Amino acid sequence: MKKFTKLGAVSALSLIIGASTAFAENIKIAFIDPLSGPFASTGTNGLHQFEFAADYMINDKGGVLGGTNFEIVAFDNKISPKESLIQLQVAIDQGIRYIAQGNSSGVANALTEAIKKHNKRNPDDRVLFLNYAAVDPALTNDKCNFWHFRFDANADIKMDALTDVIAADEGIKKVYVIGQDYSFGKAVSAAANKFLGEKRADIEIVGDELHPIGKVKDFTPYARKIVASGADAVVTGNWGADMLGLGKSVIENGFEGPIYTYYAAGSGITGAFGASGKDRIRLISQGDVNPINSDEARATYDAFRAKYPEGNIDQSRIFNVIGMLGEAITAAGTADDVIPVAKALEGMKYQSIWGGEVFMRPQDHQLIQDMHVGVHTDENIDFDYDNSGYGVYTESTVKMASMDSATTCKMKRP
Amino acid sequence: MDLILVNLIDGLVTGLLLFMLSAGLTLIFSMMGVLNFAHASFYMLGAYFAYQISIALGFWMGLLIAPLIVGVIGAGVERYGLRRVHQYGHVPELIFTFGLALLIEEMVQFIWGKNTMPYSVPEVLNFTAFSVGANSIPAYKIFMIFTSVAIFIGLLFVLNKTRVGMIIQAALSYPRTVEALGHNVPLIFMGVFGVGTALAGVAGVIAGPVLSTFPGMAFVLGSIVFVTIVIGGLGSLWGALVASLLIGWITTFAKSYNIEMADILNGVGIATPENLSDSVLRDLWTITSPQIADILPYILMVLILIFRPAGLFGKRES
Repeated sequence: MKKFTKLGAVSALSLIIGASTAFAENIKIAFIDPLSGPFASTGTNGLHQFEFAADYMINDKGGVLGGTNFEIVAFDNKISPKESLIQLQVAIDQGIRYIAQGNSSGVANALTEAIKKHNKRNPDDRVLFLNYAAVDPALTNDKCNFWHFRFDANADIKMDALTDVIAADEGIKKVYVIGQDYSFGKAVSAAANKFLGEKRADIEIVGDELHPIGKVKDFTPYARKIVASGADAVVTGNWGADMLGLGKSVIENGFEGPIYTYYAAGSGITGAFGASGKDRIRLISQGDVNPINSDEARATYDAFRAKYPEGNIDQSRIFNVIGMLGEAITAAGTADDVIPVAKALEGMKYQSIWGGEVFMRPQDHQLIQDMHVGVHTDENIDFDYDNSGYGVYTESTVKMASMDSATTCKMKRP
Repeated sequence: MDLILVNLIDGLVTGLLLFMLSAGLTLIFSMMGVLNFAHASFYMLGAYFAYQISIALGFWMGLLIAPLIVGVIGAGVERYGLRRVHQYGHVPELIFTFGLALLIEEMVQFIWGKNTMPYSVPEVLNFTAFSVGANSIPAYKIFMIFTSVAIFIGLLFVLNKTRVGMIIQAALSYPRTVEALGHNVPLIFMGVFGVGTALAGVAGVIAGPVLSTFPGMAFVLGSIVFVTIVIGGLGSLWGALVASLLIGWITTFAKSYNIEMADILNGVGIATPENLSDSVLRDLWTITSPQIADILPYILMVLILIFRPAGLFGKRES
């Protein structure tokens, strides 16, 4: 008799568990990025934007596939590729099919390799890699694979647009290139040398330097070198604490010219630059919020501000990631099998809520989109960053930047 | 030539900042035998407190009040934390301070978030003091130099010329005897710990605006402080000063000049290998001085430990 009760209890329990898994399991997206250490602020702000975008664009509108919600699961990788691979495994073990990562191309290179191998060996639980910010060109060239999608423009595309602006400034004769010592910093340096050489052969690269990532306490010695080199402009791909440290130091120690950057906004950077960076810091990005493009975009930003009063939408491409994934899952009719989802993402044309159409180029999975060069200022700002009154105002736009750029990607499709 | 002078000033600023951190740490270590892993965390607390106070009362009140709060917290940590753990030996003490460092970092992130705080140089000091060539020296750096020198002189005076200083020095080497003479040694310990952490707080207050106030600021400075006190000799104020300046200048100069390893090796008569890209020593040949600037202090520490284990100014034969 006792045995029977036990058996009954066990089978009842297993029925309940079985029933609850069958009922509306969320579509989980693993967010693997730094949530502690020197780059914690960049990672956390990205996480907030993901969580907000998932709620605002998908869950509040009834979800996908007839009521399934998106859920963002955060994993702290401490910006270490090794740690990221461990977290990737944890995420896969939890049954997560979608991996989002962006901070550091070093991490992205490790993840894309690991995911490629995993998908080859485990055809039953394949995962997709949604890269929202790692811009090493190799990821959509030599190291490309079917499972990786990049929603930000790569370092070459960005530098192409940025050097258009530099080349148009006749006053710039000498340029100093400085970056973080890893694959991304090297890619920025290579791109700067290439495009400046093509567009303005008379510009001299007076310095081309890499510094350790996340370890420099004081950028003063680098600033001295930049001033001593007689440079008219500085070009850097630095991000997070490295961007702020370099920018502040360069301005404080007597450098007079403009600073061309990839990531000098948001996460406290805009607030900390304040007046000292006005009209001097320019940055290239895919999202422009000043002036805001539509009422829908304004409403979205207002809703985000209501939820995160201290936050910024400084990586608006995250909304494209969520939106495009939602459409792809709807088109595929499934979220469990990632191959039809990936096939739906390939070649997708998507209307971004921030304005402009974006296009996921099928041959290398590089998103093609409008690129904007903006200036750090407090004039005509609709949405400032860090509640500082300062923001980034778009000065020039390149439509569908590098649409026809070459790629060395030879993708194997399943 | 201009650049040398500028680098001397920059190195001095870096060195003096490091000194303010290491002075407290070296006193605490020599007196209590506690390697305070949380020392740099008190530096971070100083910066955050000062930022918070500066919003309401301005920078100068921050400079005055924040170190006091940090010092009181430090004294409290000694009185209610370390002293209890002390009886179980040194390893629990180490683990305690290590845990404290993590705790403080989490608390800071909990209260202020992970973003960089817009803590900036006060308006009165936000101008260029003078320029050497095209390089401007901000007035704030001059202010940093004067503050730290004043603190050094003050400390030296207290330790060598006052009664309190005499007792501290005596308690440093013969705590039992001092206790037997009727002095309250635990109180002295608490005081030294409080003053030491307050010094770290001062360093945080004045470094916050230039080196950015963010939750990782303790982490980036954490280990170099220990290197400083080992090089300088444990317990020696002069040692801490000399070691700090040495490290400040070495790293500044190494970063400002692109000295390539290939040039040095060629200089001492070793020819560059024919096909460098295939050579196993390729990485060694292509090293430049800015790349290794941050590990130079560690190399120096290893050399000091080999050739002069007590440190530059260390007295103890341990």
